[in-house]
Amino acid sequence: MVPITTTHYLVVAAALFVLGVIGVLTRRNVVIVLMSIELILNAVNLNLVAFSRMWGLHGQVFAIFVVVDAAAEAAVGLGILIAFFRNKETINVDEIDLLKW
Amino acid sequence: MFTSLDYLLALPMVLLTLFALGILLIDLMLPADWKWVNAVTAFVGVCFSALGVWRIQSIYAHAGSNVTGQFGMANSLLVDRFALYFFYLFLAATAISILMSVRYLEVEHEHHGEYYSLMLLSVVGMMCMASGFDIILIFIGLELMAISTYVLVGFLRRDRRSNEAALKYLLLGAFSSGIFAYGLSLFYGLTGSTNLAVIQRQIAAIIKLRPHDPIVVIALLTVCVGLFFKIAAIPFHQWAPDAYEGAPTCVTGFMSVAVKAAAWAMLLRILLYGLFPLHEIYTPLILFVSIATMTGANLAALTQNNTKRLLAYSSIAHVGYMLLGLVAVGSGQEAAATDGLRGILIYLLVYTFMNLGAFAVLTSLRHRDVIGDELDDLAGLYHRAPAEAVLMLFFLLSLAGIPPMAGFIGKYFIFLSLIESSHYVLAGLAVLYALFGLYYYMKIANAMFMREGSDQSRLPVSLAMKVALGVTGLATVVIGVFPEHFIQMVNWSLGLVQTVPIASLIR
Repeated sequence: MVPITTTHYLVVAAALFVLGVIGVLTRRNVVIVLMSIELILNAVNLNLVAFSRMWGLHGQVFAIFVVVDAAAEAAVGLGILIAFFRNKETINVDEIDLLKW
Repeated sequence: MFTSLDYLLALPMVLLTLFALGILLIDLMLPADWKWVNAVTAFVGVCFSALGVWRIQSIYAHAGSNVTGQFGMANSLLVDRFALYFFYLFLAATAISILMSVRYLEVEHEHHGEYYSLMLLSVVGMMCMASGFDIILIFIGLELMAISTYVLVGFLRRDRRSNEAALKYLLLGAFSSGIFAYGLSLFYGLTGSTNLAVIQRQIAAIIKLRPHDPIVVIALLTVCVGLFFKIAAIPFHQWAPDAYEGAPTCVTGFMSVAVKAAAWAMLLRILLYGLFPLHEIYTPLILFVSIATMTGANLAALTQNNTKRLLAYSSIAHVGYMLLGLVAVGSGQEAAATDGLRGILIYLLVYTFMNLGAFAVLTSLRHRDVIGDELDDLAGLYHRAPAEAVLMLFFLLSLAGIPPMAGFIGKYFIFLSLIESSHYVLAGLAVLYALFGLYYYMKIANAMFMREGSDQSRLPVSLAMKVALGVTGLATVVIGVFPEHFIQMVNWSLGLVQTVPIASLIR
């Protein structure tokens, strides 16, 4: 059995990060774009917690702040999305076209 | 344990937070036509916070000229003169924005206390960004500012354009914050600390052992992408024109100066202090981005018919000029680095007043059913409000960088630093683009003075707006005519930045 080292966690985090970026750039549904952003932030958290195994508590503290930030961003994001949906009845990125994109 | 010094250093932020929460409470008790009280409360809060900053400054002055800054809150906060300079800048911009907002929100029937509360909270975030010495605090400050601003942009919730601008700003802003945080997490992993001083030491050691270490390069790139997103440099500017156009005009003014100044404070602190050992890697990157920014923004601005969008592209172009100052700093020559850095700071100062002034004029055009953001809405302004039209001309000349106005001083130092670091081609290019700028600014002036408007009635201007216009106009002219005092102020803030590499560059 290969022991699981910090590097393994970092590879998983990098994969999550790339998935998140691809999701933001290619998906057309705003909710899925928001979920992809959460994926990026979770990649950050995984990185921080993995590193804090080597360096001590700072990384975990940072990770907790990132979790709080992700929650705040999701709350505001969904709030804005609901306000938008009330006026326009769509959550498709391609139809957000009143301002030149 | 925290001492009284820690609390003193956090005093400006604590006061603003208390006032922001106070506004939320007071707002509940106010009848609908008394909402202007919230604006007064917010203004008083800004004044108290400025007193707090002044108190810190006077304590440093009493402690002797060698005391330049103090660490606080377990070394996560560094309130040095650089930070104090930015504190004053944020507070001035916020005070003027509050004066601009009252009438606009009344016309829109969206005069709620949350607006002022969010504005003050975003200033708290900006202060964390300018004085943060720990990447955790810098990131939290950035997010506090950004999330408050997303809501402010979408504040006209019945207006589709405002919704749309907020949604785009939120998606791209959150995306860039994610990328930025990923870079920060890698730097934490590489150096084992979240403190900028330790990061700088460790990165210097790593780069000495393995120049072009791939993880260092990836971390640097992701952090730079996040920073460029926040200052809206091309190719990461897509959100800016949309967010600026759709947001309420008073918020656009606030975003284009205060939020941008905060992003610059963060960028300077991270790139010129924490990551300075990597300056040979990131300077070519900044060179490329600054050329792209100047070219793209100036060309795009030429064809705009919406004034807010035009000024959005112009503000992106100004970021391009400021980035040139950073190129000179990265060149490593002492005189050029000094002037480049001085140029960036003084540019941010004059830009705050001239851009906010221009947006104040646009804000005052909003009445009855006219939004006032099309170029045609400005037509015949000289006959409707002569004083405003003349002030707008001053702001436009200043934005274009014509000598007696303040904007010239900023451009002068930037171009000087380029010549000192022998980037002659770059200096020539920048002057050429400044000429492009003159064309699209004069397009606005042409509409104001030479064309007949469909609406001939006099423009009603509220007292608060008159004060805002007066202060910004006065600052734009006075800084331009008597620059010595303001240059000394910038020297004061820089000469004593406690961050070692900048200090060694400055001396």
